[in-house]
Amino acid sequence: MGRHEPVVDWATDFDHTDDAYVADPFTIWNELRNSCPIARTDRYQGAWLPTRHEDIAAIAYDTDRFTSRSVVMSEFRAPVEMAPQGIAPPISSDPPYHKGARRVLLPAFAPQAVDKLEASTRAYCHQLVGALRVEAGDGGVVDAAVGYAQHIPVRVIANMLGLPETDGERFRGFVNHVLEGVDKPMEERALGMMDLFEYLQVQIDDHLANPRDDLISYLLAAELDGSQLDPFQVARTVALLLIAGIDTTWSAIGASLWHLAGNPADRQRLVAEPDLLPTAMEEFLRAYAPVTMARLVREDMDYSGCPMKANDFVLLPFPAANRDPKAFDRADEVIIDREVNRHAAFGLGIHRCAGSHLARMELRVALEVWLAEFPEFELADPAAVRWSAGQVRGPRLLPVRIG
Amino acid sequence: MIDDERCEGHGRCYSIAGDLFEPDEIGNGVVRRDGTVPAGREREAELAVENCPEQAISLVED
Ligand code: HEM
Ligand code: SF4
Repeated sequence: MGRHEPVVDWATDFDHTDDAYVADPFTIWNELRNSCPIARTDRYQGAWLPTRHEDIAAIAYDTDRFTSRSVVMSEFRAPVEMAPQGIAPPISSDPPYHKGARRVLLPAFAPQAVDKLEASTRAYCHQLVGALRVEAGDGGVVDAAVGYAQHIPVRVIANMLGLPETDGERFRGFVNHVLEGVDKPMEERALGMMDLFEYLQVQIDDHLANPRDDLISYLLAAELDGSQLDPFQVARTVALLLIAGIDTTWSAIGASLWHLAGNPADRQRLVAEPDLLPTAMEEFLRAYAPVTMARLVREDMDYSGCPMKANDFVLLPFPAANRDPKAFDRADEVIIDREVNRHAAFGLGIHRCAGSHLARMELRVALEVWLAEFPEFELADPAAVRWSAGQVRGPRLLPVRIG
Repeated sequence: MIDDERCEGHGRCYSIAGDLFEPDEIGNGVVRRDGTVPAGREREAELAVENCPEQAISLVED
């Protein structure tokens, strides 16, 4: 990582961008859960890290004392004046504003709407595996993260929004800047955001001039509290959908393939019993939940014995909640036929991932198509696998040998 | 029954037990018909309850 000192004491000086956390957060959470369930750091101008399911759920539900004004932990905090909308509604909004901003999006992401995107998603996945088959030849090596998982959410969201498919590389660049650049200097991060908004402005102007049947046009026509959304609000929402929908789903697909590459018994079982996939997929979402959110403490208070100060960050590691043995039997084992699985990969409470039905469809189709094309595959070089740093965790390099 | 105050539209209920629950236009779960669990479907109903992340579903005996 470079910019920060390596962590020595996780209970009093944690840092989620530390190499040890990136490589294996699970051990760190397990140790903290048993010793100091809400860890503290003075880094990032003060932050807390709860690790038990019960605390993570309670904080997610407590929108009075914890605000969503900033949900990505860095040195930057959105100013109080941004409330209640925040930078990118609805994820950065608090009640009561949040409800309307979210309501506008939900019909576009409801299961009925997502079903209509399945056929094109499947066709695109087929196209990708076809290209990989050619690239690899027989018994060759391909990168399942770079050559497969990362392309799927980019294409799906571009089609939904009505952005040119060929701009995929560009949005991935923007997203990476926001999510993985948290230890970069502020000026550099601000410039990245400006690029994104300049790009979106052009696209939105084009949609205003030529409305069509896509999500950007839908948002431009949508009403919130009786008045139309202004184009800048639409730009912020589109930015959120790009940022929230791409790395997250890429990570979920990649982590599932990583698991199957390293666990031949699970892979063979899913090839033989494709009907098990929806259940197995929930287990991958639980065990390798990609997304950690953050909140800001609204006012100085004592929380469970922790002296929290206004504007301290609180990380909400939903993946740690999903590994809490008090909430799940055999929490550290991946059990692909786990029937009872009340996991929190998509968050809890009012900010439940608005894109969860879309993400689940993408993950299911991506795995179905991959397993049908490549029933045999394994990690080509376990040491070459690279996991992302920051609040979205997934494999960014995943070389596999296909049979 | 589903507690509308708690349901946040995770959709686990209608994915697991599509005969008993369905999504409304924003993806929140709705109980189908009058909500009586047909004979033989008790296990599905229980699984929906046990998989709802918001613990919004309850089974009522009658
Ligand atoms: C596997 C993939 C995904 C995971 C694990 C995931 C996870 C999450 C989580 C944990 C939250 C809760 C935020 C909070 O509590 O502050 C969230 C919110 C959100 N996600 Fe996702 N997400 C995924 C994919 C997507 C996709 C594909 C989209 C849309 C294109 C999307 C759009 C959103 C939006 C709009 C919110 C904000 C909802 C609100 O604040 O009301 N996500 N996501
Ligand atoms: S599983 Fe629970 S939260 Fe999800 S739709 Fe059904 S009742 Fe609502």
